[in-house]
Amino acid sequence: MTDTDITSGTMDGMGPKGTKIGLLRVLGPAHVWALGVGIVLVGEYMGWNFSVGKGGAYASLIACWFAGILYTCVAMIDSEVTSTVASAGGQYTQAKHIIGPLMAFNVGLYLVFAYTMLEAANAVTVGFLVQEVAGMTGHAEALNDDAFIVLAIVFLAWLNYRGVLATLTFSLVITAFAFVAILLLFVMTAPAVAPGLLQHGELMSGGASLPYGWIGIIAAMHFGLWYYLGIEGTTQAAEEVRSPARSLPFGTLAGIMTLIIAATLTWYVCAGLMPWEYLGQAGTPLFDAARLTGSTFLVVILGIGTLFATLASANGCINDASRAWFAMGRDKYLPGWFGAVHPVYRTPYRAIIFLVPIALLFALQLPLDQIITFSILSGLLGYTFMPINMILFRRKWPLDSIKRGYEHPMHPLPAITLLALCGVTYFAVFLGYGTQLIAMIAFYIVASLWFHFWRYRFVDRGAQFTMPWPKPRGY
Amino acid sequence: MAHYKPPRQSRAGQIIDVFVLLALTIGALYVPLWLKLAGSSTVQTPVENPTWESLGQSPVMVERWAQLGYATPADAHDLITTRFDYAFTWGAVALMVVVIVGYFVMMLRLSEKEYRDVISEKFDGK
Repeated sequence: MTDTDITSGTMDGMGPKGTKIGLLRVLGPAHVWALGVGIVLVGEYMGWNFSVGKGGAYASLIACWFAGILYTCVAMIDSEVTSTVASAGGQYTQAKHIIGPLMAFNVGLYLVFAYTMLEAANAVTVGFLVQEVAGMTGHAEALNDDAFIVLAIVFLAWLNYRGVLATLTFSLVITAFAFVAILLLFVMTAPAVAPGLLQHGELMSGGASLPYGWIGIIAAMHFGLWYYLGIEGTTQAAEEVRSPARSLPFGTLAGIMTLIIAATLTWYVCAGLMPWEYLGQAGTPLFDAARLTGSTFLVVILGIGTLFATLASANGCINDASRAWFAMGRDKYLPGWFGAVHPVYRTPYRAIIFLVPIALLFALQLPLDQIITFSILSGLLGYTFMPINMILFRRKWPLDSIKRGYEHPMHPLPAITLLALCGVTYFAVFLGYGTQLIAMIAFYIVASLWFHFWRYRFVDRGAQFTMPWPKPRGY
Repeated sequence: MAHYKPPRQSRAGQIIDVFVLLALTIGALYVPLWLKLAGSSTVQTPVENPTWESLGQSPVMVERWAQLGYATPADAHDLITTRFDYAFTWGAVALMVVVIVGYFVMMLRLSEKEYRDVISEKFDGK
């Protein structure tokens, strides 16, 4: 077994050789939890409900749990690999060391686009919420939400520019608030507290039970991913946590447990309050649920919760997308100019600034369901990479060759399950959004050819491999 | 394996590379929109002179629609009658499978070729 591993206090294999100024190691497991849950919790506040539109409320619940299985596999696999490859860039860096440069380039793009589009979707929801509140408080004309979208993205980018500790501490506080808001809504709508308010039987019977039949259950998997999309982003903080071998698996696995609970509670409350046709197209379903309770207190709490969840998510997305872009720049997969660290704040400031106009372009120009679909597709391609990555990782570096901070059980069952569920989800996206699916894959094919035949010439071959691992078996 | 020394890229070249990536991204997002191929495949099944009954809504549903600001059946008509169109051909499914599997196979093969160079340069002679 190699004498350098991630659990070592003196030589943990972080960062590339020759790095003079690295990212600052200041984060603990709570920040990792906040980063993962913070990015994703917004999925309970908006977006998940489109799965109700694609298959009905029962289909959405089944999709919620199957997507929960998919993401549990993601969290298990990610925790093992990341507890060994703890470096900025997360899955991008994993792919670079385990599969190869072209796969890494694609994974880097998956991460950047999944997070940047999720950030854009969050900003759109902030604007939509402001419009809703303006209407409820007597504003006669429709409020232009563009200014609020721009403000949200620029403010959070500035926060990220200034430093990661302040950014993720901010996320920790507002994520905790948004999670407590969901718990409060669940308690205050429970039959013991508000008899007759939840009407699952009336709202989900007859034609409303499975409006599209069994194919609707498969179709619902498309937006079912939105309940959890982004939990894998915990790995992006790997170079900035104090104890990656402990914090990353703990934060990631605690995060997925939190989210499965929050997702089920969210579905339970919303499906018992709204007709599925409304719920399936609502912009802010939890806020609408609070309105239906008739409680001003809950309306205020869930309104603030929606705002906080979207801000926490956008905040985490800027953090993650910029780390992936930065890591690719540092390796010359992209122009090296992006690989700079701010001399004072120690953040990847050029990557943060560069991605701001791209997020604005998405947020100001595209409809919400399409932004979400593009984000889901990039995430889905990343999840397809993970089982391949895991199988090759165990084959090239068996358990006795590198010490892991965490070893996931029952290998290769989680990898095979993940691959099968990804296959189902591709078909789910195909049902209703087939053109986007083909357009997105076409983009990645052209980008891959561009990288392989042009960009890769600027990359230093051996220097990419920065982990202090032994030579992989079979090479 | 001899050490590969990458060429130094000019500033103009770096800028061009960024614009190429941006153009590809924007193309993937906007070309389907411009060709009017994007968006969900939905169909409308309009109901003339809609009533809550003809729209399939129970009394509890009607009460909730009213609380959400949809006072009449006409207000809620478009939301209720919009449905996804899940009709597909097996040929289209086969095309999707070929594109996705082909993409991953191509990527894994080219990656493997690049990876062998990386490992060779990193570990040869050690």
